[in-house]
Amino acid sequence: MKKLALATALLVTTGITSASAEIKVGVLHSLSGTMAISETTLKDTMLMLIEEQNKKGGLLDQELVPVVVDPASDWPLFAEKARELLTVQDVDVIFGAWTSVSRKSVLPVIEELNGLMFYPVQYEGEESSKNVFYTGAAPNQQAIPATDYFLEELGVEKFALLGTDYVYPRTTNKILEQYLKDKGIAAEDIFVNYTPFGHSDWSKIVADVVALGADGKKVGVISTINGDANIGFYKELAAAGVSANDIPVVAFSVGEEELSGLDTSNLVGHLAAWNYFQSADTEANAEFVKTWKARMGDERVTNDPMEAHYIGFNMWVNAVEKAGTTDVDAVRNAMYGQELPNLTGGTSIMLPNHHLAKPVLIGEIQEDGQFDIISQTEEVSGDAWTDFLPESAVLKSDWQELGCGMYNIETASCIQLTSNY
Amino acid sequence: MERTFLARNPSVLVFLGALALFTLTVTILSEGLGIGFLSTSFIKTLGKTLCLCLAALALDLVWGYCGILSLGHFAFFGLGGYMIGMWLMYARTEEIVVSSLANVPLPPTSEEIRDAIGTQIFGVVGGAELPMIWSFADSLTIQLVLVVLVPGILAFLFGWLAFRSRVSGVYLSILTQAMTLALSLYLFQNDSGLRGNNGLSGLQNLPGAENVSQATLSILFLWGSALALGSFYIASAWFMSGKFGSAIRAIRDDENRLRYLGYWVESYKLLVFVVSAIITAIAGALYYPQAGIINPAEIAPIASIYLVVWVAIGGRGRLYGAVIGAAFVSLISSWFTGGQAPDIPLGFYTIKWVDWWLVLLGFGFVLVTLYAPKGLGGLVDQLVRRKSA
Amino acid sequence: MLRFLATFILVLCALGPAQAQDQNLQYILQDHHKAVERASRKTIDPLLKALADGKLPAVPGFLDAWRNKNVWMSKEDGQFYFLADPKADPVEIIDIETGEALGTHARKGMKQLKPNSGVRTILASALVEFQLKDPDLQTRTEAVLAIERGADAAHLPLLQAAAETEPNSDLKLRMSRLVRLLTIRFSKDTDARIATIKSFASDTSVDVRSALNPLLETRTNAAPTLPDTINLARRLVPGQQFSTDEAYDLLVKQGLAQPRQDLAARDAILIENIVDGRVGDAPVSTLSTEEARDRAYQKLVQLGQAPALVTRADVRASLDEHVFYEEYLEPDPGITTAALATLDSISNRVDLYATIDLGLDGLSLASIYFLAAIGLAITFGVMGVINMAHGEFIMIGAYTGYVVQQVIPDYTTSIIVALPLAFILAFAAGVALERSVIRHLRHRPLETLLATFGVSIALQQLAKNIFGTQARPLTAPAWLDGSWIINDIISISMIRIAIFALALAFLGLLIFILTKTRFGLEVRAVTQNPRMASSMGINPERINMLTFGLGSGIAGIAGVAIGLFAKVTSELGSAYIVQSFMTVVVGGVGNIWGTLAGAGMIGSLQKFIEWLNPSNTLAAQTYMIIFIIIFIQFRPKGIIALKGRAAGD
Repeated sequence: MKKLALATALLVTTGITSASAEIKVGVLHSLSGTMAISETTLKDTMLMLIEEQNKKGGLLDQELVPVVVDPASDWPLFAEKARELLTVQDVDVIFGAWTSVSRKSVLPVIEELNGLMFYPVQYEGEESSKNVFYTGAAPNQQAIPATDYFLEELGVEKFALLGTDYVYPRTTNKILEQYLKDKGIAAEDIFVNYTPFGHSDWSKIVADVVALGADGKKVGVISTINGDANIGFYKELAAAGVSANDIPVVAFSVGEEELSGLDTSNLVGHLAAWNYFQSADTEANAEFVKTWKARMGDERVTNDPMEAHYIGFNMWVNAVEKAGTTDVDAVRNAMYGQELPNLTGGTSIMLPNHHLAKPVLIGEIQEDGQFDIISQTEEVSGDAWTDFLPESAVLKSDWQELGCGMYNIETASCIQLTSNY
Repeated sequence: MERTFLARNPSVLVFLGALALFTLTVTILSEGLGIGFLSTSFIKTLGKTLCLCLAALALDLVWGYCGILSLGHFAFFGLGGYMIGMWLMYARTEEIVVSSLANVPLPPTSEEIRDAIGTQIFGVVGGAELPMIWSFADSLTIQLVLVVLVPGILAFLFGWLAFRSRVSGVYLSILTQAMTLALSLYLFQNDSGLRGNNGLSGLQNLPGAENVSQATLSILFLWGSALALGSFYIASAWFMSGKFGSAIRAIRDDENRLRYLGYWVESYKLLVFVVSAIITAIAGALYYPQAGIINPAEIAPIASIYLVVWVAIGGRGRLYGAVIGAAFVSLISSWFTGGQAPDIPLGFYTIKWVDWWLVLLGFGFVLVTLYAPKGLGGLVDQLVRRKSA
Repeated sequence: MLRFLATFILVLCALGPAQAQDQNLQYILQDHHKAVERASRKTIDPLLKALADGKLPAVPGFLDAWRNKNVWMSKEDGQFYFLADPKADPVEIIDIETGEALGTHARKGMKQLKPNSGVRTILASALVEFQLKDPDLQTRTEAVLAIERGADAAHLPLLQAAAETEPNSDLKLRMSRLVRLLTIRFSKDTDARIATIKSFASDTSVDVRSALNPLLETRTNAAPTLPDTINLARRLVPGQQFSTDEAYDLLVKQGLAQPRQDLAARDAILIENIVDGRVGDAPVSTLSTEEARDRAYQKLVQLGQAPALVTRADVRASLDEHVFYEEYLEPDPGITTAALATLDSISNRVDLYATIDLGLDGLSLASIYFLAAIGLAITFGVMGVINMAHGEFIMIGAYTGYVVQQVIPDYTTSIIVALPLAFILAFAAGVALERSVIRHLRHRPLETLLATFGVSIALQQLAKNIFGTQARPLTAPAWLDGSWIINDIISISMIRIAIFALALAFLGLLIFILTKTRFGLEVRAVTQNPRMASSMGINPERINMLTFGLGSGIAGIAGVAIGLFAKVTSELGSAYIVQSFMTVVVGGVGNIWGTLAGAGMIGSLQKFIEWLNPSNTLAAQTYMIIFIIIFIQFRPKGIIALKGRAAGD
């Protein structure tokens, strides 16, 4: 056993010796297990972006080398692989993670070793790490605008908040519940339901939602249902004949990728809120989609987290060029205020709280599985701590000026320098 | 007695020697205390592997020696981790909260501190208050006792019900699997009070040990894990070599015959089951501070089945078999899935081990079951016997 | 917005074809350019008013086109156009007013206007008048639908008139029903409203309830004495219908009582009064308990530096001085009484129907479990072989369905081909597994379990390598779309009915095979006593192989069915394996009827627990499994236990 361990050790540690004139980019996405379905796409996106950058001559006259590891949808393994990337492989930056729990698993490691990570997925907020840039949407960049759309444009008076039972839906729904109450929606007009991952038996829940309409108020569904559970949900919705005109459903976790797994002809008109849709009508996007399809095949689609990686990667490239080094602290300081054209038009700006200012888009599902963009806001600044919960409203994140991610404005003190995981 | 026991079981001495040598070598090669040849992440992997070996050892006690195939041992492993995790999270958060409240105009009341801790721990998952089950989380002693007590009681209740109704064999296996599934589904709920799907995280940061580097901590935990493995190995070997062990093995071979001989078979089985659960829980309590995060996915039925696979490949009914199996398969698995194994280009298709390792493991496991039912341990036995013959 | 809509509809009605065109449609639209380009419910009012005032004949056509996303904007000058064929490039542009072709334009320079569905509903509602008179039945039906979705008082007379002349009897029925519903909501004639309300006494539809419930909306109020001008719903007594705290908060909100001091306010006052590190006479450092802070506050009150606390006695006294009541927003008691009576009579039926619907859901879940488990009922239940790879046979079936659908695009044909093919493939896989592995491990059940588990992980990973990790689509043919709708409460999707039918068919088929055929006889003989059977000239090897193949093949068919209603992933099988085993064990091993009983119990139980706690489906699954574990402790042989020698052991 000892021999084996040593042999393994030799193989693991060989990475240390190969330091040279190349910049290493760690890609920490699950390639197996339950999350592979979503994350493999992001790994391919990163490989594509890195390849494109190398075609342009690399970065600081060095070649970018991707280091891909597979944390296998196993959350503790995310921490282990992150440590390996930072200490054994000596990567300069990590692009990775999808689920909140995987991010929380990486946080302590990346903060201990002062690494740099770009996290590309919409998330529940209530967090700010010095070492992580959040290029996905915070709740105020997705959930709140979508709810406003429901209230103002569709006149929804009764809400069904359906979610998978984990942190993102729980926190998002908690924020939304408070937000809706502030907007004058009574507590009994908010129906909340949580289902397990991969849930497939939706008949009762859909019936419950339909029954909500009995008191004459317009019902709308806000769905934070995750991953492939959506397939069963939408199939049941279609079977029950729930039309988007009667009970609109807006989803925060359903994008082009998820829709490619089902026939959308019965779902036309239901909604999704993102910062990006493949159907965005700009030249940059047409180019991006073309490169992606040329690389991966014509049937493949692009989605919001891919744009987040596109923005994150290019901003990082620009920041490294500005700083002239890949040193984490120098790059971090160079990141603030970085601007980059979005694929959907407009400009993303990196804020001192490590979130982006991005526009919010609302799309209606079409027959071909694409989204018709029917609403696009101005750039909205991502907010690490929500303004709609009393305990978070007093918190502020500003790494540039205050150097603190959890700063209490009332007591004017920094609660902690690490993030809460 | 001790001498005769060791004399009768030379393998115990060999094992302990190998374990000690292994620990020493790793320490010398480590970053924390040695020459820095082995990375900290690898030391952590080794430390965790030792804990898995301990869990495999515990499973071997019930399965290899007593014939009870438990497909739910990770329930105990996880519970042990959760119990120690609660203290780790609470104490770490308390330090943060107390220091952040140091400057407020009124000195904080204990309720305020507790509320702030609750917000800090549960704010992450959309809650704010500390649930009842966190009542003792501020005390390391009580949580350590709970590491033993909670899985012990669960094992006792489950075993008492099952053995009393003479549920055995395959039925029992499926029931244990249902038990771990129920527990993991329960913990997946956000309302379970243990942060649902997120679980407990940041466990690698020991409260009060902020100045000790992870490199050093990893070595300390490696020692702790090795010590636990060594001690339980001796204890298990000693018990199993005595009269008690003979009775246990007799239950495995023919339960009814032993019952006719007047043995109270149920209580023997229950005792072994509970002891095994407790050892597994201790392994879990050592494992998760090294892994850094525990969450319900760890307890899912598949994890327990992998544990069984390790023991089967290592060779059940031999303590060293279980240990070898767990160490060998879990390390080689992480090597193959870690992307370090070289791809094999076939021209028309490239075999990527990340994709094909599980296929290989699955079919390999079938082959072991078919052709080497005694596992790797059996091969060792054959070698030793051939030499001595 | 709706306030205005009524006048808009009336103005549109008054439009004549010969209106003087002193204004141009394009001109009005450009005037409200932003409201057209970025249409919103909030900003559309002035635009609609301007359009109505303009009295242009082209307006209805424009609104209809706009609603259907057929209006385009030139990016250069912001003018609005129709397009002859949006897919062409360059596109031919058409004037919105005259319908004349205006020449061509680069496709890139045109932007499609996409009003959101809220705006589209308003537009549809505004167009109702024209559509109700349209000769096309489809258009009239759409108009009725538009009214159902967004009714307005102005619609009532229009609809009444349309209902009288409607030639299509189905639509006429629908119209007159809608007239009754609108009467309840908008009619000025109280007697007619009451009569209509009463006429719905046995109708459980959601739309009826949604017309009646708003009539019963209440507002909670407090006053020194009960006013007699209100339509009283009920008196409230603090401490009974609502808590004394809520009652007091209501008084505070209405300015009838002093607000109470909460802890945060108390602490704020304490902090304000810190002087030289002391509050009152207490040093700040001692204020680390609630009691100490209370004492310090009392001291401040004595010193006159803080307002006095509202005590419990004060609260009680203010509550005693006031009455609390709920009043209906609807002032007419006749209407609220009638609505209440009608809703009462409806709600009994609603409860009954809801129970039936829950029963159907339970039945449907049971049939899914049964279908997933029925293959196991043979391999595990009858043969006693633990096959952990059973779930992967289900997966093989589902992927077969997917692949067949890729080759044969017609959904109906592909399903008909896929079902037998899935059976054959899974049968072959089962036979291969039996021959190569299980045969060698007979009488070592635990090792069979382990070996088949190895096969399970290998097959799952193989599926991932071949098909990728993405969920694959398996689409049901059109005749399985939709639901069987009995009424607004009881409905069940066709696909679930199909699964139920399939489960029943398999039950019958298996019972038939096992009890009526030679093969079934041999299976039972081999299962009960292989040696005796073999001495009777039965080849146990062959029987075992075929039985195992049969069980696996059925799992394959189950896979197609499950894939149709859920999704096709490599983890499809493992999601069902534990439940399947428990279904068989709970029902009683060795007996197809037992599996049926097991599936029935698990399915209905799960739905029942979900009904108890509708906000958390995960909890239902957890408690169901715990129940099963305990159930098996007390009935280890399952619901239908074999007795005597057949029970084996």
